[in-house]
Amino acid sequence: MEDRIRSNNPRSFRANKNLYFMMAPFLIIFFTFTILPVLTSIFFSFTNWNVLQPPIFLGLENYRRLFLDDPQFMQAIRNTFHFAVIIGPVGYLLSFLMAWVINELTPKLRAFFTIVFYAPSIGGGTFMVFGFLFSPDPHGWFNAFLLNLGVIDSPILFNQDPVWMRTVVIIVSLWMSLGFGFLSFVAGLQTIDRTQYEAGAIDGIRSRWQELWYITLPNMKPQMMFGAILSITGSLGIGAVPAALMGMPSPGYATHTLDNHLNDFGSIRMEMGYASAIAVFMFVLMIGANALVQKFIRIVGT
Amino acid sequence: MAQTAQQAPKPGSMSGPTQLKFGATPPKKDRHKGSRSWLSRILGGTGARSNRTVWGNFMMILFLCVMASLFLIPVVMIINNAFKPLHELLIIPPHIFVRNPTLRNFQDLGPIFANTLVPFSRYLFNSLFIVALGCIGQIFFASMAAYPLAKYEFPGVHLINRLIVLSLMFSGAVTAIPNFVIVSALGFIDTYFAVIIPVFAQTLGLYLMRNFMGQVYSSVIESAAIDGAGEFRTLWTVVMPAVKPAWITLIIFSFQSMWGVTGGAFLYNEALKPLNAALGQITAAGLARIGVGSAIGLIMFMVPLVIFIIMQSNVVETMNSSGMKD
Repeated sequence: MEDRIRSNNPRSFRANKNLYFMMAPFLIIFFTFTILPVLTSIFFSFTNWNVLQPPIFLGLENYRRLFLDDPQFMQAIRNTFHFAVIIGPVGYLLSFLMAWVINELTPKLRAFFTIVFYAPSIGGGTFMVFGFLFSPDPHGWFNAFLLNLGVIDSPILFNQDPVWMRTVVIIVSLWMSLGFGFLSFVAGLQTIDRTQYEAGAIDGIRSRWQELWYITLPNMKPQMMFGAILSITGSLGIGAVPAALMGMPSPGYATHTLDNHLNDFGSIRMEMGYASAIAVFMFVLMIGANALVQKFIRIVGT
Repeated sequence: MAQTAQQAPKPGSMSGPTQLKFGATPPKKDRHKGSRSWLSRILGGTGARSNRTVWGNFMMILFLCVMASLFLIPVVMIINNAFKPLHELLIIPPHIFVRNPTLRNFQDLGPIFANTLVPFSRYLFNSLFIVALGCIGQIFFASMAAYPLAKYEFPGVHLINRLIVLSLMFSGAVTAIPNFVIVSALGFIDTYFAVIIPVFAQTLGLYLMRNFMGQVYSSVIESAAIDGAGEFRTLWTVVMPAVKPAWITLIIFSFQSMWGVTGGAFLYNEALKPLNAALGQITAAGLARIGVGSAIGLIMFMVPLVIFIIMQSNVVETMNSSGMKD
């Protein structure tokens, strides 16, 4: 499946020393600032560590506590799944759909719409505008609108009612989903060779949808895998949006996610060993999700 | 490059198409210019469009416009807020559009920066230095590592590829402290290195480059090798031009993340802090500085936006100059 260059000696280190030389700067920095911290964090997940004193080895105690003695953690798992199952796939498909639709336009319009859809991702806190939209007081945009229409007679408590809290988080997260994954889709669609479409038209491709399935999607697999990783880490790692909109911790833990729980123990309670155990759990969760999604992507276009 | 045009891939073929962009002119076809509606003339991006219906085109434009207006609200609000007088900023519920525009918020920035410990120009220099070096370094090192990982077979290639994907899935919140320990053990605290060097090996950028490079045909690379180019030269002369949309996307992304750097736990010397940190100190006063705060919000938003617009129109130009245009 992969189109790799056949070197004379693919099993020898020495024959490929040029390649190692090219990768060396990246790999050294990657090992120092990524692999090493991850490995130490995995080690800390078996300890009790308050950052100030040396860690005390606990074995599997942190994990036992997580699954048997921490009702908020269970709540966080439920909430995270609830969010991820909707935000992950819908956000991913929305990113692809928008990139695909934009790609049909003339170059100038394409650049314009790419900028429009990506612009909210440039400003870090742009989603705070939803704070006004879903403000729970009667003057909040949405409440005022519904009150004027007479649809409701008392304002909706967007930040108190668990069902509304989760709905608002999902709406805002979906609105934010056209980020870097969307940009990589736009870029990926640009590299598809146009003559393939002409050849396809001659070969009897009749509709937009056939063209999408038989030409566009098979050419987009690398970008789809890239976007999938971003969607998985973004949706299972959701935390900033609920914390900013609903508070940390949220009322009744109604929008408490794994990432919120991790931050609670990591940066507020300074139980770094326990926080590391949560991180390891999220890590395993994402690896599983990724394996599943990659399997789906392989089927596409066949 | 001429021979590459002959092996036009079959529709649905798995391998990437990138190489055909060079010099391959698309066959001129009868586009039925006269009979095309204005809609299909706008929607002319991808070549032969005989399989497009007018109804479908119309729905697409409608869909795009509705979505665009939804996405633009916060952007419009950031721009308008910067020009609102104080009483309009504090009104509840807030208006999207400004009623009595003023430049007061920007003028108020002057006295504030006149009294800072370090002059404004120093903050600006720090920001530009960190952003420029960070972006260039990230793209340079990521491309150099991505190319062998995408296109060659050597001992360890699959292991490294797997490690890179895995590393994207570990929460940054718990690695922050081990990371800090490493940065300080290397003596990087209170130097630019602390915020620049780790960025050189950001895995997301490498992963993006690797995935795009995997689509460049090996035959193109091999023909460059026959001409006597080494791996390093082939990368910069053959592979990089083919994946231009990828590194332009990466420039946008890394500029944006470097522009957001505050130095946080790593930079304590005021003379080394970037603009973002200084502006963060000003807006930290909250309600008391809400006027200048909104002006700062606009400035911090506009810089990456301008870079984004320049880069994005560059992608379009590339495609025009490589024979894709009508």
